[in-house]
Amino acid sequence: MSEVFKIAIIGSGPAGMSAAAHAARKGLSHVLLEKTDHLSDTIYRYQKGKHVMATPSVLVLRSDCEFDAGKREKILEQWDADVKAAGVNVRFNADVKAITGDQGDFTIELTKGAPIRAENVILAIGTQGNPNLMRCEGANLPHVQYQLDDPGEYTDEHIFVVGSGDAGIENALGLAADAAQGNTVTILNRSADFARAKKANVDALMATRDAGRMTVMTETTPSLVEPGWITVDTPQGSSRHRCDRIIARMGASPPRKFVESCGIAFASDSPGAFPTLSPTFETTKPGIYVIGALAGYPLIKHCMNQGYDVVEFIMGVTDLEPADEPLLKEKLAGLPGNRKVSEWLAFLRENVEILNGLSPLQMREFLLDSDVRAYKADEAIFIRNAPGSSVFGIASGSVKVEVDPSNPNITVPIGKGSIFGEVGLISGRKRGATIRAAEPTICIEIPRMAALKLMAQVPEARDTVNRITSERQVLQIFKSGLTPADIQEVLAGAEVMEVRPGQAIINEGDVSDDLYIIRSGSMIVEKNLGGKPVFMSYVPAGSYSGEMAMIERSPRVATVKAAIRSTVVKLPAEPFRRLLSRKPELRKRMEEEMHARKEINAFIESQKEEFGGAVDMYSSVANFLIKQGIGEATDVLLIDESLCVGCDNCEKACADSHDGISRLNREAGTTFANIHVPTSCRHCEHPHCMSDCPPNAIRRGPDGEVFISDTCIGCGNCQRACPYGVIQMDKPPPKKPPLWEWMLFGKGPGPGQPSYEWRKKATKAEGAESPKLAIKCDMCSGKPGGPACVRACPTGAAIRVTPDAFLSVARVDRR
Amino acid sequence: MSDVAGHTERVRQRTHEGFLAYKGFRWAQVATALCVVAVGVYFVAASRLAEPPSGGSWLGYLLGTMSAGLIVWLACLGIRKRVITAGHYSLKAWVSAHVYLGLSLVVLGTLHTGFQFGWNVHTLAYALMMLVIASGALGIWAYATLPERLHGNRGETTRKQMIEAVESLDRQLADLAQPLDRAGAEVVRRSIEDTEMGGGFWTRLTNDHRGCANKRAMVQLRALPNPPSARQAEALTRIEQVMKQKDAVLTKARRQMQITAMLEGWLFVHIPATFALLAALTAHIVSVFAYW
Ligand SMILES: Cc1cc2nc3c(=O)[nH]c(=O)nc-3n(C[C@H](O)[C@H](O)[C@H](O)COP(=O)(O)OP(=O)(O)OC[C@H]3O[C@@H](n4cnc5c(N)ncnc54)[C@H](O)[C@@H]3O)c2cc1C
Ligand code: HEM
Ligand code: HEM
Repeated sequence: MSEVFKIAIIGSGPAGMSAAAHAARKGLSHVLLEKTDHLSDTIYRYQKGKHVMATPSVLVLRSDCEFDAGKREKILEQWDADVKAAGVNVRFNADVKAITGDQGDFTIELTKGAPIRAENVILAIGTQGNPNLMRCEGANLPHVQYQLDDPGEYTDEHIFVVGSGDAGIENALGLAADAAQGNTVTILNRSADFARAKKANVDALMATRDAGRMTVMTETTPSLVEPGWITVDTPQGSSRHRCDRIIARMGASPPRKFVESCGIAFASDSPGAFPTLSPTFETTKPGIYVIGALAGYPLIKHCMNQGYDVVEFIMGVTDLEPADEPLLKEKLAGLPGNRKVSEWLAFLRENVEILNGLSPLQMREFLLDSDVRAYKADEAIFIRNAPGSSVFGIASGSVKVEVDPSNPNITVPIGKGSIFGEVGLISGRKRGATIRAAEPTICIEIPRMAALKLMAQVPEARDTVNRITSERQVLQIFKSGLTPADIQEVLAGAEVMEVRPGQAIINEGDVSDDLYIIRSGSMIVEKNLGGKPVFMSYVPAGSYSGEMAMIERSPRVATVKAAIRSTVVKLPAEPFRRLLSRKPELRKRMEEEMHARKEINAFIESQKEEFGGAVDMYSSVANFLIKQGIGEATDVLLIDESLCVGCDNCEKACADSHDGISRLNREAGTTFANIHVPTSCRHCEHPHCMSDCPPNAIRRGPDGEVFISDTCIGCGNCQRACPYGVIQMDKPPPKKPPLWEWMLFGKGPGPGQPSYEWRKKATKAEGAESPKLAIKCDMCSGKPGGPACVRACPTGAAIRVTPDAFLSVARVDRR
Repeated sequence: MSDVAGHTERVRQRTHEGFLAYKGFRWAQVATALCVVAVGVYFVAASRLAEPPSGGSWLGYLLGTMSAGLIVWLACLGIRKRVITAGHYSLKAWVSAHVYLGLSLVVLGTLHTGFQFGWNVHTLAYALMMLVIASGALGIWAYATLPERLHGNRGETTRKQMIEAVESLDRQLADLAQPLDRAGAEVVRRSIEDTEMGGGFWTRLTNDHRGCANKRAMVQLRALPNPPSARQAEALTRIEQVMKQKDAVLTKARRQMQITAMLEGWLFVHIPATFALLAALTAHIVSVFAYW
C-alpha cells in the first residue's frame, strides 16, 4: 500500500475544503476526498445564481480560502482558484464507504479504487446525504422530489414546496421568480413562523407573496399526495389542492449510520442529535474529527473557520482562540467566577438542563444569541406583568416565584438546572408572576427566537421544555395543594400529542380511560343524539377532558375533538387514579367538576328531546363559529344581524377612539344564522401575529388584549402572519377639526375614519410624512368603559364574547 | 387581574339583548309608570279645578317643564352617538331610554296642553313634537324589521365587492366589444359609462331604476341588426350574458341601497324636525313668559 497521509479530509464542502487548504499551506501531507467530480457539492447544487449569504456578519473569517456574500457561481469560482493556489491534493469521484483502523493508521475504503491510509481523518461530509423524507400517504409517488436543480425547467405547473428552511424558501422563490413561467407556487410551513430561515429569505418570501406570485401556508402539513392533487391540514381544517409537483425540502439528518459505523458516538438517540465532539472537534473515536454541518454548524463561515481550526488542532496547537472567542469574551465579561469562555460554555451546558443536548460547538453559537446574568439574592429577575418573552435557565443558585400577588412571602422555588418564563415561548404574554433570585444566582436568558430554534434543533431541549411545561400546567390546573413530587408518577407516562383540527382524541363509546390536558388550542365535546352529533361544550386550553371514564371506569360518553390545531398532554389513567386515592382533596374537586359537566350534558340531552330544533341550531352555530377559528380566540366581536342596522357606528367609534383608523371592518367577514363574524381581532390564545415580530412589539395586556406597542418598525410580518386579516399597515391620518365644528359648520370629515381623499389633502397641508405601522384592535385597552365598538352600538347588535361564554349551554335556553 | 396598578377593571357588554329589550324593558316600565302617574294626577287635578288644567296651571308648568327637559335630553342623543368618550356608557341603553321616554311625551306633552290647540306657535311646537315622535316610531319599525332583509340580501358580499364586481364586468364588456362595429360599440359604451349604481336619495329609496343605462343597453343590443361575421355574433352573445350578470349585481346592490335608505330615511325627518321643534319650543316658552 502507498503512502500514509497525515490527514485525510472527507468531503470538499466549505469545511473540508478550508481544512485541506490550510493543511496544504502548512505543508502537511494530506488528501481531500470528494465523492462528486467537483468541489463543494452542496453549494454546487444551490440554484443557479443563488445569492449566498455570509452570516453571522460579526464573525471574522479565518481560512485560506476566501468567502464573501455573493453569487453561487462567483463563490465556486473563487474556491476553485483558492484550492488550486494552496496546492491541495484533491481526489474527485472518491466516495468513502468505510473507515477502519485506529489513530495513526486509518484505512479509508472507497466505493471504487484502492483504499487510502491516513493518520488522522477529518469528516466533513455535511448533512446533504439523507434528506428527510415526506411520510404522508402517497409520498413515494414520482412527482415528489427532494432536489431542485433548475427552477427554470418547469412551466405552467402547480408546485408545492414543503419546508420552511432556507432551501425550501429559495426553491419556492426560484420557481415563482419569473411570472412568464406560469407556475402556481405554494410553500407549506409546518409551524407558524420561519424560525429556521434567514431573515432576508423570509423577507423575500413575504414580498413575493404580497405581490401575489406565491401562496404561503403556515401551520400546514401535507396529509395525502395523489397524482395531480395534494391534501393539506391547516389550522382551519384540511383542504385539497391541484398539484403537479412536490418539492420536499424538509432538512436532513446527518448520515448517521455511516458515521456510527466508523466508531463515532452521537450525543443521543434522537434523530436530530449530532456526534459527540471535544472542543477540538475530535469524536469519541480518537483521530477522527468532525466539522461543518455534520457537527451541527450549518453556516458556511463557521464551516470554513472550523476547517482551519481543526488542522491547527491536529498539528498540536492547543491554545488556538476560536474565531468567535472575542465576541463571547465580551459577552461574559464582568460575571463572577473568573471562568474562561470555554469553562462558561461547559458550565452553562452542563447545568442548564435544556442545554444538555447541545454540542460544545452549538453551545458557542447559542451563547452568541443569549445573555448570561448574575443576580444577587432577592434581586428581581422579572416583575409580574412586565412584558417579556424570553426563557431563563438557571445555571447556579435558585429562584423563587411569587405565586400570590397579594402576598410576596408566598413563594415557590425553582431550582438549579430548570427553566422559567417558558410561557413566553408559547404566547408572549406578560410575565405572570414576579421571580426573584433566592440566593446568588446565574441565569442564561434565551430570547424567544433562539429558544424556538433550540427546540427545533435539539429534540432533548424540546422534550425538557415540554416536560417542565406539563408539570407546571398539571399543578396549575389541579391545584389542590399538589406538589411536583406528587405528580411525578403521572408525568412519567405523559405523552405530548399534536392534534389536527377536527381530529378526535376521545371517541364516544370507546373503552379508554386516559385523561387529557389541553395545552394549546381548544377542544369541542360532541355527543351523538338521535343520529346527529350535538355540540355539548367547549374545552379551552388550560383545562382537561376525559375525567369521566377515568374516574368511573366506564366507556367514553362523548367525542372530544380539536377545534383548531392543538397540543394536548395525555396522562395515563392508572397512575392518575392512584394519585386520586392519595389526594382526597383532588378527588373531591374533580368529582365536583365532573358532576357539573354531567349536568350540562343531561340538560342538553333533555332539551334535545323537547326542543330538538333549538339544540340543533345551537349545535350548528357552535360548529360554524369553531370553523371561523373562534376556538382559538379569547375575545371576539360578533354582530347579531337581526339587530344590526348597518350604521357603522362601531367602525366610527373605533376610529375616533383611536388615532383615526378603524381597526374593524363590520361588513367583511362571514355570517351564519344571523351571527356575523366581522373582520376584527380575536385576540387569539396563541397569536399568530406574535410569531415573528423583530422588535417584539406585539404583547398581551392585562385584559388579555393583544396589542402592538410603539416600538413597531412597520415590517409587516404580523400582517402577513394573521390568518384573519385584521392587521393593516397604515399611518394615522392628520388631526380632524373638533366635532362641534363639524356639527355646526360642517368642517372636516365628520365622525369616523376620514375618507382617503380628505386624508390625502390634509396630509399635504400638514406636510409631515409619517411611516406606515401595523395597526390592530387593542380592545380599547386602558379605557374604563371597555371596547368602544360595543359601547357605540345603538341597537345592541355588537357584542364581545369569550368563546367559552358564548358556546355555553346558556345559548340553548334562548329558544 | 384587577389588582394590577394602573389597570382598571372594565365592563364588558356580553349580555346579548337588543335595545328594545334592554335590561328587561326597564325604560318601558319607567316610561309607563311616568305616564300612569301623569294621567292620574291630571284627572285628580282636573276634578278639583274649575277648568281643565291647561299649560298655565301648576300642573301645566310641571308637565311642560318635564316635557321640555325630556326633549332637550332626547335631542342630545345626536351628540352622545358621536362623542366617543372613554367612560362607562352604552349607546344601546341611551337609545332604549330615548325610545320609551320619547314615546311617553305623547302623554306628558298632550296633558300639558290641557287639550287646548289653536293656530299658534304653541300648537306648532306640539305638532312638530308629534312629527318627531311619529318619525321615531317609523324608525323603530325600520330597525325591527329591516336588518334581516339588509343582511339577507347581501349575504357575505360587501359594498366594496359589489362595486368591484361591476367594475370587473365593465372591463370584460370593454374587452368583448373589441370586434364590434360602431353601433355595437356605442351600445356597450353606454352601459359602461352611463350606468349609475345608486342615484339620489329618492331613487335609492324607491329603487326605481327604469332608466338604468345597462337595462337600456340590453334592449338596444337585442335590436342591433344581425352581425356580418360569426366572431361578432359570438361577441354579442357573450356581451349579452355579461350585461345580464351586471344587471343581477346592480339589482342586488340597489336593493341593498334601498334597504339602507329605508333604515336611515326616517332620520331625515326625525333630525330636521327635532331642530324645528327646538326652535318652536323656544319660541313657545319665550312667548308664554313674554305675555305673562
Ligand atoms: C439551499 C441551501 C442554501 C444555503 N444557503 C446558505 C447561505 O446562504 N449561507 C450559508 O452560510 N449557508 C448556507 N447553507 C448551508 C451551507 O451550504 C451548508 O451548511 C454548508 O455547505 C455545509 O458545509 P460542509 O462543508 O459541512 O458540508 P457540505 O457543503 O455539505 O459538503 C459536503 C461534501 O462532502 C461530500 N461527501 C458527502 N459524503 C461523502 C462521502 N461519503 N465521501 C466523499 N465525499 C462525500 C459531498 O459531495 C459534499 O461535497 C445553505 C444550504 C442549502 C441547502
Ligand atoms: C318649560 C316648558 C314649558 C312651559 C313653561 C310652558 C308654558 C305654557 C303655558 C304657560 C301655557 C299656557 C298658555 C296659555 O294658556 O295661553 C302653555 C300652553 C301650551 N303649551 Fe307649553 N310650556 C312648556 C313646554 C311645552 C312643550 C314641550 C310643548 C309641546 C311641544 C308645549 C305645548 C303647549 C301647547 C300646545 C299649549 C297650548 C297652547 C294654547 O293654549 O293655545 N309646551 N304652555
Ligand atoms: C321629541 C322627541 C324626540 C326627539 C327630540 C328625538 C331626537 C332624536 C335625535 C336628535 C336623534 C339622533 C339622530 C342622529 O343623530 O343620528 C334621534 C335618534 C333616534 N330616535 Fe329620536 N327623538 C325623539 C323621539 C323619539 C321617539 C318617540 C322614538 C321612537 C319611538 C325615537 C327613536 C329614535 C331612534 C330609533 C333613533 C336612532 C338612534 C340611532 O340609530 O342612533 N325618537 N332622536
